[in-house]
Amino acid sequence: MNAIRDLGFRTVSLVAHLGRVTAFVGEIGRSTVAPPWRFRRFVAELYDVGVLSLAIVCLSGATVGAVLGLQGYVTLSRFGAEGSLGAVVGLSLVRELAPVLTALLVTGRAGSAMAAEIASMVTTEQLDGLRMMSVDPVDFVVKPKALAMLCAMPLLNGLFIVFALFGGYLVGVELLGVDGGTYVSSVEQSINFEDDILGTLLKSVIFGALVGIIATYRGYTSEPTSAGVSAATTGTVVTGSVSILLFDYVITALWGV
Amino acid sequence: MQPSPLRDLIVGTFVALGLATLAYLSIQVGGISYAGRGGLVLYATFDEIGGLKPRAPVAVAGVTVGQVRSIELDDLLRARVTLEVDEGLELPIDSSAGIRTQGLLGDQFVALEPGGDDVLLTNGEELEFTESALSIERLIGRFVHDSGIDAGTE
Repeated sequence: MNAIRDLGFRTVSLVAHLGRVTAFVGEIGRSTVAPPWRFRRFVAELYDVGVLSLAIVCLSGATVGAVLGLQGYVTLSRFGAEGSLGAVVGLSLVRELAPVLTALLVTGRAGSAMAAEIASMVTTEQLDGLRMMSVDPVDFVVKPKALAMLCAMPLLNGLFIVFALFGGYLVGVELLGVDGGTYVSSVEQSINFEDDILGTLLKSVIFGALVGIIATYRGYTSEPTSAGVSAATTGTVVTGSVSILLFDYVITALWGV
Repeated sequence: MQPSPLRDLIVGTFVALGLATLAYLSIQVGGISYAGRGGLVLYATFDEIGGLKPRAPVAVAGVTVGQVRSIELDDLLRARVTLEVDEGLELPIDSSAGIRTQGLLGDQFVALEPGGDDVLLTNGEELEFTESALSIERLIGRFVHDSGIDAGTE
Protein backbone atom coordinates (compact mmCIF):
# COMPACT_ATOMS: atom_id res chain seq x y z
CA MET A 1 0.00 0.00 0.00
CA ASN A 2 2.77 2.31 1.04
CA ALA A 3 4.70 1.55 -2.09
CA ILE A 4 1.73 2.44 -4.27
CA ARG A 5 1.15 5.70 -2.42
CA ASP A 6 4.84 6.40 -2.69
CA LEU A 7 4.81 5.78 -6.42
CA GLY A 8 1.78 8.04 -6.85
CA PHE A 9 3.41 10.75 -4.79
CA ARG A 10 6.59 10.52 -6.84
CA THR A 11 4.67 10.68 -10.11
CA VAL A 12 2.68 13.73 -9.05
CA SER A 13 5.73 15.53 -7.70
CA LEU A 14 7.61 14.64 -10.88
CA VAL A 15 4.99 16.40 -12.97
CA ALA A 16 4.87 19.32 -10.56
CA HIS A 17 8.63 19.66 -10.76
CA LEU A 18 8.79 19.61 -14.55
CA GLY A 19 8.25 23.34 -14.84
CA ARG A 20 10.94 24.10 -12.29
CA VAL A 21 13.29 21.63 -13.98
CA THR A 22 12.86 23.53 -17.24
CA ALA A 23 13.76 26.80 -15.55
CA PHE A 24 16.70 25.08 -13.87
CA VAL A 25 17.97 23.73 -17.21
CA GLY A 26 17.61 27.20 -18.69
CA GLU A 27 19.73 28.57 -15.88
CA ILE A 28 22.43 25.93 -16.44
CA GLY A 29 22.36 26.70 -20.15
CA ARG A 30 22.69 30.43 -19.52
CA SER A 31 25.65 29.96 -17.16
CA THR A 32 27.26 27.60 -19.68
CA VAL A 33 27.32 30.11 -22.51
CA ALA A 34 28.33 33.06 -20.31
CA PRO A 35 31.73 33.43 -18.62
CA PRO A 36 33.23 32.54 -16.17
CA TRP A 37 33.85 29.11 -17.68
CA ARG A 38 35.10 27.40 -14.49
CA PHE A 39 37.09 24.94 -16.57
CA ARG A 40 39.19 23.76 -13.63
CA ARG A 41 36.10 22.81 -11.66
CA PHE A 42 34.80 21.00 -14.73
CA VAL A 43 38.00 18.94 -14.88
CA ALA A 44 37.68 18.08 -11.18
CA GLU A 45 34.10 16.92 -11.74
CA LEU A 46 35.13 14.95 -14.81
CA TYR A 47 37.53 13.13 -12.54
CA ASP A 48 34.75 12.31 -10.07
CA VAL A 49 32.23 11.24 -12.69
CA GLY A 50 34.40 9.72 -15.37
CA VAL A 51 37.62 8.43 -13.92
CA LEU A 52 36.12 7.05 -10.73
CA SER A 53 33.37 5.26 -12.71
CA LEU A 54 35.93 3.73 -15.03
CA ALA A 55 36.52 0.54 -13.04
CA ILE A 56 32.87 -0.38 -12.60
CA VAL A 57 31.98 0.47 -16.20
CA CYS A 58 34.85 -1.56 -17.67
CA LEU A 59 34.25 -4.53 -15.39
CA SER A 60 30.50 -4.54 -16.07
CA GLY A 61 31.18 -4.18 -19.77
CA ALA A 62 33.43 -7.22 -19.88
CA THR A 63 30.94 -9.24 -17.83
CA VAL A 64 27.96 -8.26 -19.95
CA GLY A 65 29.89 -9.07 -23.12
CA ALA A 66 30.88 -12.45 -21.72
CA VAL A 67 27.29 -13.28 -20.79
CA LEU A 68 26.03 -12.17 -24.20
CA GLY A 69 28.67 -14.33 -25.84
CA LEU A 70 27.60 -17.34 -23.82
CA GLN A 71 23.87 -16.81 -24.29
CA GLY A 72 24.22 -16.01 -27.96
CA TYR A 73 26.40 -19.05 -28.54
CA VAL A 74 23.95 -21.44 -26.89
CA THR A 75 21.05 -20.15 -28.98
CA LEU A 76 22.94 -19.73 -32.26
CA SER A 77 24.63 -23.13 -32.13
CA ARG A 78 21.18 -24.74 -32.30
CA PHE A 79 20.91 -23.38 -35.83
CA GLY A 80 24.56 -23.88 -36.63
CA ALA A 81 24.96 -20.14 -36.92
CA GLU A 82 27.83 -19.54 -34.48
CA GLY A 83 29.40 -17.37 -37.15
CA SER A 84 26.85 -14.67 -36.36
CA LEU A 85 27.89 -14.49 -32.71
CA GLY A 86 29.78 -11.27 -33.30
CA ALA A 87 26.74 -9.68 -34.90
CA VAL A 88 24.49 -10.69 -31.99
CA VAL A 89 26.90 -9.43 -29.34
CA GLY A 90 27.87 -6.30 -31.24
CA LEU A 91 24.43 -5.16 -32.34
CA SER A 92 22.66 -5.74 -29.04
CA LEU A 93 25.49 -3.96 -27.25
CA VAL A 94 25.88 -0.95 -29.46
CA ARG A 95 22.23 -0.28 -30.07
CA GLU A 96 20.78 -1.00 -26.67
CA LEU A 97 22.70 -2.49 -23.79
CA ALA A 98 25.81 -0.34 -23.65
CA PRO A 99 24.21 3.13 -23.48
CA VAL A 100 21.46 2.01 -21.10
CA LEU A 101 23.64 -0.03 -18.74
CA THR A 102 26.38 2.61 -18.69
CA ALA A 103 23.82 5.27 -17.85
CA LEU A 104 22.30 3.13 -15.08
CA LEU A 105 25.72 2.36 -13.63
CA VAL A 106 26.84 5.98 -13.75
CA THR A 107 23.57 7.07 -12.14
CA GLY A 108 24.23 4.72 -9.26
CA ARG A 109 27.93 5.39 -9.02
CA ALA A 110 28.25 9.12 -9.73
CA GLY A 111 24.75 10.60 -10.00
CA SER A 112 23.84 9.64 -6.44
CA ALA A 113 27.11 11.06 -5.09
CA MET A 114 26.53 14.25 -7.04
CA ALA A 115 23.04 14.71 -5.61
CA ALA A 116 24.21 13.91 -2.07
CA GLU A 117 27.05 16.41 -2.32
CA ILE A 118 24.84 19.26 -3.46
CA ALA A 119 22.11 18.31 -0.99
CA SER A 120 24.54 18.39 1.94
CA MET A 121 25.78 21.76 0.69
CA VAL A 122 22.16 22.91 0.88
CA THR A 123 21.84 21.46 4.40
CA THR A 124 25.00 23.12 5.68
CA GLU A 125 24.02 26.41 3.98
CA GLN A 126 27.10 26.45 1.82
CA LEU A 127 25.06 27.46 -1.22
CA ASP A 128 23.67 30.39 0.76
CA GLY A 129 27.24 31.25 1.68
CA LEU A 130 28.13 31.34 -2.01
CA ARG A 131 25.15 33.57 -2.73
CA MET A 132 26.27 35.94 0.03
CA MET A 133 29.62 36.26 -1.71
CA SER A 134 27.59 36.95 -4.87
CA VAL A 135 28.79 33.73 -6.48
CA ASP A 136 25.98 32.05 -8.39
CA PRO A 137 25.73 28.49 -7.01
CA VAL A 138 24.28 27.23 -10.30
CA ASP A 139 27.31 28.56 -12.09
CA PHE A 140 29.85 27.46 -9.49
CA VAL A 141 28.51 24.11 -8.27
CA VAL A 142 25.79 22.82 -10.59
CA LYS A 143 27.09 23.67 -14.06
CA PRO A 144 30.47 21.87 -13.85
CA LYS A 145 28.79 18.75 -12.47
CA ALA A 146 26.05 18.62 -15.10
CA LEU A 147 28.49 19.27 -17.94
CA ALA A 148 30.92 16.65 -16.63
CA MET A 149 28.10 14.10 -16.63
CA LEU A 150 27.15 15.07 -20.18
CA CYS A 151 30.74 14.70 -21.43
CA ALA A 152 31.70 11.60 -19.46
CA MET A 153 28.73 9.50 -20.57
CA PRO A 154 29.63 8.99 -24.26
CA LEU A 155 33.24 8.27 -23.33
CA LEU A 156 32.25 5.69 -20.74
CA ASN A 157 29.80 4.25 -23.23
CA GLY A 158 32.57 3.76 -25.76
CA LEU A 159 34.73 2.05 -23.16
CA PHE A 160 31.83 -0.17 -22.15
CA ILE A 161 31.31 -1.31 -25.74
CA VAL A 162 34.98 -2.05 -26.34
CA PHE A 163 35.30 -4.01 -23.10
CA ALA A 164 32.08 -5.90 -23.80
CA LEU A 165 33.22 -6.83 -27.31
CA PHE A 166 36.42 -8.06 -25.70
CA GLY A 167 34.45 -10.05 -23.10
CA GLY A 168 32.35 -11.60 -25.85
CA TYR A 169 35.53 -12.44 -27.73
CA LEU A 170 37.05 -14.12 -24.67
CA VAL A 171 34.03 -16.35 -24.12
CA GLY A 172 33.08 -16.95 -27.74
CA VAL A 173 36.53 -17.45 -29.22
CA GLU A 174 38.80 -18.56 -26.41
CA LEU A 175 36.31 -20.63 -24.46
CA LEU A 176 33.74 -21.91 -26.94
CA GLY A 177 35.89 -22.14 -30.01
CA VAL A 178 34.24 -19.77 -32.49
CA ASP A 179 36.80 -18.67 -35.06
CA GLY A 180 38.38 -15.38 -33.99
CA GLY A 181 38.39 -13.84 -37.46
CA THR A 182 34.75 -14.81 -37.98
CA TYR A 183 33.78 -13.13 -34.71
CA VAL A 184 35.61 -9.89 -35.48
CA SER A 185 34.43 -9.66 -39.08
CA SER A 186 30.88 -10.43 -37.99
CA VAL A 187 31.07 -7.54 -35.53
CA GLU A 188 32.54 -5.19 -38.11
CA GLN A 189 30.08 -6.14 -40.81
CA SER A 190 26.93 -5.91 -38.76
CA ILE A 191 27.64 -2.53 -37.19
CA ASN A 192 27.65 0.53 -39.36
CA PHE A 193 28.48 4.09 -38.54
CA GLU A 194 25.33 6.03 -39.46
CA ASP A 195 22.77 3.82 -37.77
CA ASP A 196 24.53 2.14 -34.91
CA ILE A 197 27.51 4.20 -33.76
CA LEU A 198 25.78 7.56 -34.15
CA GLY A 199 22.73 6.03 -32.46
CA THR A 200 24.69 4.87 -29.45
CA LEU A 201 26.35 8.29 -29.19
CA LEU A 202 23.00 10.05 -29.39
CA LYS A 203 21.60 7.82 -26.67
CA SER A 204 24.53 8.27 -24.32
CA VAL A 205 24.60 12.05 -24.79
CA ILE A 206 20.88 12.29 -24.04
CA PHE A 207 21.25 9.98 -21.03
CA GLY A 208 24.23 12.01 -19.81
CA ALA A 209 22.25 15.25 -19.99
CA LEU A 210 19.29 13.56 -18.32
CA VAL A 211 21.26 12.15 -15.39
CA GLY A 212 23.23 15.35 -14.99
CA ILE A 213 20.06 17.43 -14.80
CA ILE A 214 18.20 15.04 -12.50
CA ALA A 215 21.10 14.61 -10.07
CA THR A 216 21.89 18.31 -9.77
CA TYR A 217 18.24 19.33 -9.63
CA ARG A 218 17.45 16.76 -6.93
CA GLY A 219 20.37 17.95 -4.85
CA TYR A 220 19.73 21.62 -5.45
CA THR A 221 16.06 21.48 -4.46
CA SER A 222 16.45 19.10 -1.51
CA GLU A 223 15.12 19.83 1.97
CA PRO A 224 17.87 21.24 4.20
CA THR A 225 17.80 18.24 6.55
CA SER A 226 19.63 14.91 6.75
CA ALA A 227 16.44 13.24 5.52
CA GLY A 228 16.52 15.66 2.59
CA VAL A 229 20.01 14.47 1.65
CA SER A 230 18.95 10.85 1.61
CA ALA A 231 15.74 11.68 -0.26
CA ALA A 232 17.75 13.51 -2.90
CA THR A 233 20.11 10.58 -3.30
CA THR A 234 17.34 7.99 -3.55
CA GLY A 235 15.30 10.23 -5.80
CA THR A 236 18.20 10.65 -8.19
CA VAL A 237 18.70 6.92 -8.58
CA VAL A 238 15.00 6.13 -8.93
CA THR A 239 14.01 9.02 -11.20
CA GLY A 240 17.23 8.73 -13.13
CA SER A 241 16.90 5.01 -13.82
CA VAL A 242 13.23 5.22 -14.76
CA SER A 243 13.71 8.16 -17.08
CA ILE A 244 16.72 6.50 -18.73
CA LEU A 245 14.57 3.48 -19.57
CA LEU A 246 11.65 5.65 -20.70
CA PHE A 247 13.85 7.85 -22.88
CA ASP A 248 15.52 4.78 -24.29
CA TYR A 249 12.18 3.61 -25.60
CA VAL A 250 11.32 7.06 -26.94
CA ILE A 251 14.65 7.45 -28.74
CA THR A 252 14.39 3.97 -30.22
CA ALA A 253 10.83 4.63 -31.36
CA LEU A 254 11.68 8.03 -32.86
CA TRP A 255 14.99 7.31 -34.57
CA GLY A 256 15.01 3.55 -34.72
CA VAL A 257 18.41 3.08 -33.14
CA MET B 1 40.18 25.34 -6.67
CA GLN B 2 43.82 24.30 -6.42
CA PRO B 3 45.45 23.09 -9.64
CA SER B 4 46.44 19.47 -9.33
CA PRO B 5 48.73 18.21 -12.11
CA LEU B 6 48.25 14.53 -11.32
CA ARG B 7 44.46 14.75 -11.46
CA ASP B 8 44.63 16.71 -14.70
CA LEU B 9 46.83 14.01 -16.14
CA ILE B 10 44.43 11.26 -15.07
CA VAL B 11 41.43 13.13 -16.44
CA GLY B 12 43.31 13.75 -19.67
CA THR B 13 44.12 10.05 -19.95
CA PHE B 14 40.49 9.18 -19.35
CA VAL B 15 39.27 11.57 -22.03
CA ALA B 16 41.91 10.35 -24.49
CA LEU B 17 41.00 6.75 -23.77
CA GLY B 18 37.29 7.44 -24.23
CA LEU B 19 37.84 9.30 -27.47
CA ALA B 20 40.12 6.51 -28.68
CA THR B 21 37.42 3.90 -28.12
CA LEU B 22 34.87 6.07 -29.92
CA ALA B 23 37.28 6.53 -32.82
CA TYR B 24 37.94 2.79 -32.89
CA LEU B 25 34.22 2.07 -32.92
CA SER B 26 33.57 4.60 -35.67
CA ILE B 27 36.46 3.77 -37.95
CA GLN B 28 37.21 0.09 -37.43
CA VAL B 29 33.89 -1.35 -36.30
CA GLY B 30 31.59 1.21 -37.91
CA GLY B 31 33.57 1.08 -41.14
CA ILE B 32 33.53 4.75 -42.15
CA SER B 33 37.10 4.30 -43.37
CA TYR B 34 35.87 2.51 -46.48
CA ALA B 35 34.06 5.62 -47.68
CA GLY B 36 37.26 7.62 -47.87
CA ARG B 37 39.65 4.85 -48.85
CA GLY B 38 40.62 4.83 -52.49
CA GLY B 39 40.13 1.20 -53.43
CA LEU B 40 39.52 -0.25 -56.87
CA VAL B 41 35.93 0.47 -57.92
CA LEU B 42 34.20 -2.05 -60.17
CA TYR B 43 30.65 -2.28 -61.45
CA ALA B 44 28.53 -5.34 -61.99
CA THR B 45 24.97 -5.52 -63.29
CA PHE B 46 22.70 -8.31 -62.12
CA ASP B 47 19.18 -9.37 -63.14
CA GLU B 48 18.41 -10.35 -59.58
CA ILE B 49 20.39 -9.56 -56.43
CA GLY B 50 18.19 -11.32 -53.88
CA GLY B 51 18.98 -9.99 -50.42
CA LEU B 52 22.32 -8.34 -51.22
CA LYS B 53 22.86 -5.18 -49.20
CA PRO B 54 25.38 -2.34 -49.22
CA ARG B 55 28.48 -3.20 -47.12
CA ALA B 56 28.13 -6.88 -47.94
CA PRO B 57 31.54 -8.51 -48.45
CA VAL B 58 33.16 -9.10 -51.82
CA ALA B 59 35.25 -12.27 -51.90
CA VAL B 60 37.68 -14.02 -54.20
CA ALA B 61 37.96 -17.74 -53.45
CA GLY B 62 36.23 -17.07 -50.13
CA VAL B 63 38.72 -14.42 -49.02
CA THR B 64 37.14 -11.04 -48.36
CA VAL B 65 38.76 -8.43 -50.58
CA GLY B 66 36.29 -5.56 -50.39
CA GLN B 67 32.67 -4.66 -49.99
CA VAL B 68 29.55 -3.55 -51.84
CA ARG B 69 29.47 0.22 -51.85
CA SER B 70 26.04 0.89 -53.35
CA ILE B 71 23.21 -0.73 -55.26
CA GLU B 72 21.13 1.15 -57.82
CA LEU B 73 18.52 0.36 -60.40
CA ASP B 74 19.72 1.13 -63.94
CA ASP B 75 17.71 2.25 -67.00
CA LEU B 76 17.04 -1.33 -68.05
CA LEU B 77 15.58 -2.09 -64.60
CA ARG B 78 18.52 -4.20 -63.58
CA ALA B 79 20.53 -3.90 -60.40
CA ARG B 80 23.81 -2.04 -60.86
CA VAL B 81 26.12 -2.90 -57.97
CA THR B 82 29.19 -0.82 -57.17
CA LEU B 83 31.99 -2.89 -55.66
CA GLU B 84 35.01 -1.55 -53.84
CA VAL B 85 37.93 -3.95 -53.61
CA ASP B 86 41.53 -3.74 -52.41
CA GLU B 87 43.71 -1.58 -54.59
CA GLY B 88 46.40 -4.16 -55.29
CA LEU B 89 43.98 -6.81 -56.52
CA GLU B 90 44.89 -8.04 -60.01
CA LEU B 91 41.73 -9.38 -61.62
CA PRO B 92 41.69 -10.49 -65.26
CA ILE B 93 39.25 -8.58 -67.45
CA ASP B 94 37.13 -11.65 -68.11
CA SER B 95 36.47 -12.30 -64.41
CA SER B 96 32.88 -12.91 -63.40
CA ALA B 97 30.81 -11.86 -60.42
CA GLY B 98 28.16 -13.98 -58.75
CA ILE B 99 25.91 -13.52 -55.74
CA ARG B 100 26.29 -16.36 -53.27
CA THR B 101 25.04 -17.12 -49.80
CA GLN B 102 27.20 -17.93 -46.80
CA GLY B 103 25.79 -21.27 -45.76
CA LEU B 104 22.13 -22.08 -46.22
CA LEU B 105 20.68 -19.16 -44.28
CA GLY B 106 23.66 -16.82 -44.14
CA ASP B 107 24.09 -13.34 -45.58
CA GLN B 108 24.62 -12.83 -49.27
CA PHE B 109 27.92 -11.68 -50.70
CA VAL B 110 29.50 -11.08 -54.08
CA ALA B 111 31.92 -13.80 -55.19
CA LEU B 112 34.42 -12.85 -57.89
CA GLU B 113 35.68 -15.65 -60.14
CA PRO B 114 39.01 -14.74 -61.76
CA GLY B 115 39.14 -15.34 -65.51
CA GLY B 116 42.10 -16.29 -67.66
CA ASP B 117 42.81 -13.14 -69.67
CA ASP B 118 46.16 -11.33 -69.49
CA VAL B 119 44.48 -7.91 -69.47
CA LEU B 120 43.61 -6.74 -65.97
CA LEU B 121 40.52 -4.89 -64.77
CA THR B 122 41.16 -1.25 -63.99
CA ASN B 123 39.38 1.28 -61.85
CA GLY B 124 35.75 1.99 -62.81
CA GLU B 125 35.39 -0.93 -65.22
CA GLU B 126 32.36 -3.12 -65.60
CA LEU B 127 32.42 -6.86 -64.92
CA GLU B 128 30.99 -8.42 -68.09
CA PHE B 129 29.89 -11.78 -66.78
CA THR B 130 27.52 -11.90 -63.87
CA GLU B 131 25.51 -14.59 -62.20
CA SER B 132 22.33 -13.58 -60.40
CA ALA B 133 21.32 -14.60 -56.93
CA LEU B 134 19.70 -17.98 -56.60
CA SER B 135 16.19 -17.55 -55.30
CA ILE B 136 15.01 -20.58 -53.39
CA GLU B 137 11.38 -19.57 -53.89
CA ARG B 138 11.90 -19.43 -57.66
CA LEU B 139 13.66 -22.80 -57.64
CA ILE B 140 10.79 -24.38 -55.75
CA GLY B 141 8.31 -22.68 -58.06
CA ARG B 142 10.09 -24.04 -61.12
CA PHE B 143 10.23 -27.52 -59.58
CA VAL B 144 6.53 -27.45 -58.77
CA HIS B 145 5.73 -26.16 -62.26
CA ASP B 146 7.90 -28.72 -64.06
CA SER B 147 6.56 -31.67 -62.15
CA GLY B 148 3.04 -30.83 -63.28
CA ILE B 149 1.56 -30.13 -59.87
CA ASP B 150 -0.83 -27.21 -60.09
CA ALA B 151 -1.18 -25.39 -56.82
CA GLY B 152 -4.58 -23.96 -57.78
CA THR B 153 -6.49 -27.15 -58.57
CA GLU B 154 -5.99 -30.24 -56.46
